[in-house]
Amino acid sequence: MGIFDKLKSGLAKTRDNFSSRVNGLINSSRIIDEEFYDQLEELLILADVGAKAAESIINDIKKQVRQQKLKAPEQVRTLLKDELERVLSKNAASKDMDLYPRIILVVGVNGVGKTTTIGKLAYKFKQDSKRVLLAAADTFRAAATEQLEIWSERAGVDIVKHEEGSDPAAVVFDAIQSAKAKKADIIICDTAGRLHNKKNLMEELKKINRVIEREYPEAYKEVLLVLDATTGQNAISQARVFKEAVDINGIALTKLDGTAKGGVVIAIADELSVPVKYIGVGEGIDDLQDFEPQNFVSALLDID
Amino acid sequence: MTEKLQSAFKKLTGKGKLSENDVKEAMRDVRMALLEADVNYAVVKEFVNKVTEKAIGQGVLESLTPGQQVIKIVNEQLIELMGSSQSKIKWASAPPTVIMMVGLQGSGKTTTSAKLAGYLAKQGKNPLLVACDIYRPAAVKQLQIVGQKVNIPVFSLEAADPVAISRQGLEYAKKHSNDVVILDTAGRLHIDDEMMLELENIKASVHPDEILLVVDAMTGQDAVNVAKNFNERLVIDGVVLTKLDGDTRGGAALSVKAVTGKPIKFVGMGEKLDDLEPFHPDRIASRILGMGDVLTLIEKAQAAVDEKKAMELENKLRNQQFTLEDFLDQLHEIKKMGPLSQIMDMLPGINSKKMGNVQVDDKELGRIEAIINSMTKQERLEPAIINGSRRRRIAKGSGTTIQEVNRLLKQFEETKRLMRQFTSMEKSGRRGMLKLPF
Repeated sequence: MGIFDKLKSGLAKTRDNFSSRVNGLINSSRIIDEEFYDQLEELLILADVGAKAAESIINDIKKQVRQQKLKAPEQVRTLLKDELERVLSKNAASKDMDLYPRIILVVGVNGVGKTTTIGKLAYKFKQDSKRVLLAAADTFRAAATEQLEIWSERAGVDIVKHEEGSDPAAVVFDAIQSAKAKKADIIICDTAGRLHNKKNLMEELKKINRVIEREYPEAYKEVLLVLDATTGQNAISQARVFKEAVDINGIALTKLDGTAKGGVVIAIADELSVPVKYIGVGEGIDDLQDFEPQNFVSALLDID
Repeated sequence: MTEKLQSAFKKLTGKGKLSENDVKEAMRDVRMALLEADVNYAVVKEFVNKVTEKAIGQGVLESLTPGQQVIKIVNEQLIELMGSSQSKIKWASAPPTVIMMVGLQGSGKTTTSAKLAGYLAKQGKNPLLVACDIYRPAAVKQLQIVGQKVNIPVFSLEAADPVAISRQGLEYAKKHSNDVVILDTAGRLHIDDEMMLELENIKASVHPDEILLVVDAMTGQDAVNVAKNFNERLVIDGVVLTKLDGDTRGGAALSVKAVTGKPIKFVGMGEKLDDLEPFHPDRIASRILGMGDVLTLIEKAQAAVDEKKAMELENKLRNQQFTLEDFLDQLHEIKKMGPLSQIMDMLPGINSKKMGNVQVDDKELGRIEAIINSMTKQERLEPAIINGSRRRRIAKGSGTTIQEVNRLLKQFEETKRLMRQFTSMEKSGRRGMLKLPF
């Protein structure tokens, strides 16, 4: 199974729900009128694109339909695909994949799948013959360290851990020293889930970030925000606040194997300059894909 | 966003009448507000249609602007849709009561299970937590740790399937006189047939008294699919809404309620293990709408209206012209105005807390109305003529008992006596020194 097939099968439910309705709409409409636009907007909103972003996308499409004097609803499908791709590519991940040593700080609210994503990431880098070190800096949640430990065994990578309740910044500090000694290529830091409106927890995250900058300036630093595809418009607020606090430069979108459409990614790309880097499409250790705007939109709309 | 909505209503403010166009224009922005709060599209559509219909037909209250009137209706409808506050567990007739927690991955089942166990322990129960999540790494360990923190025993079993674990957990509870068993199941996708089947098997095996769906308050449009699938396969009894301590508007709550019709019983408000609270429909309604300020304004305006009515009532009481007829009129108003005690609150010098005898229980309103309706006009104006046989007739006609008729007449007389006392006291200039006879 190629990467594209895997992505498509992971997104099958998404596609079934969304594209069949797009196709149904296009096939049942004979002219492009307000009713048609309203329905297209509905489909985008149902995909969690957000009312505001959907409105702006529809307005862009309207403008282009007018300019190009389009008459057939079928032509709108291509327009929609192009429009979504354009929005998503706007901030596409730059090709920085070969910068080592590297440290990835993984952040996000509670329950989005940070630890699982780290397990998958560790496996992915390990497959690329990289020396990976995990830092169990979620010292808050009960058994979070144990959970990460099991993933480190599955992926076959090392882990640095402290007692529950200890200072997460200290865990990261130790991990950095250990990585330097062992000449590890990548440190992936797990952090406790925190709601972005909790000031003191965001301060704690800033402290971790400062430790990284001070202790490991030679490493390429990546701050990855994990977002749950099931989340609605609050994901935008999450991205905004985490960006302000620790300057996130990538997003991992998880749980795309459900019926959630993850359309909020479009809203985030539209409003904030944070690219999506990975998507989680299953519970297996290899169910983490690089995010490709074209493939994502194609799979979403079922257009090859 | 909230500003946007408020400005939409400002457009309506100051106009004499609420035209169809005005309402529709406002509803466009209500629609946008609800969608941005993540209420499902279909739910929003239905809601907006319903409220539009209602708003166009309705008159505008004296002291409200047309814009405020629309918000008032929107808010009332939202609260109605959210249902009543029902933070109760359905207890088994023969303990232990089995509570099964279900939901998507990461919704907060394990934390909520521990919170709920602690909450019930405070009420004098003796819960047992059962670790049925054998899939997520260290999930059992997590439950053990949080169980220990709230001082609740945790039952777990190595190398067993969740159905066997829950069954043996139940046996364990019976032996150790635990009267509540809380099953923490693994998170699963609602479309994962195999995993959903496992839940059905657990259900068939231990017959839970209460199946609670744990839903992340930040869930988007997909909340309807999740809730619908879980409810169809398991017939849930209620919902726990988690992570409401974030800044999400929580529109998922409305979607889930609309699609399942099941009550939201508890809300999770933080990471501490006592951060489980009963559900308040009015709070979540105003949160979803995102216009607390405007609602406060309306409340104030509303209070002014009530005050005016209270003044009329007060005058009648003072002049001792208050009859059962007026009492009935008041009852008709009560549904709009809240309990009679609130009207009493607005009468100066009266401590409503001391008025227990006069207070009318909302549940009794219907019966009281029936009693008064069964009286002749003469009886309503001169309650003194209501003798034994008239009481019997009234009780029969209203489907109540003579005792209830008596109680009503007594309440009425007490209200009058109270007011007489109040009036004479004011004449002697000792305002606020009223000594109530009860």
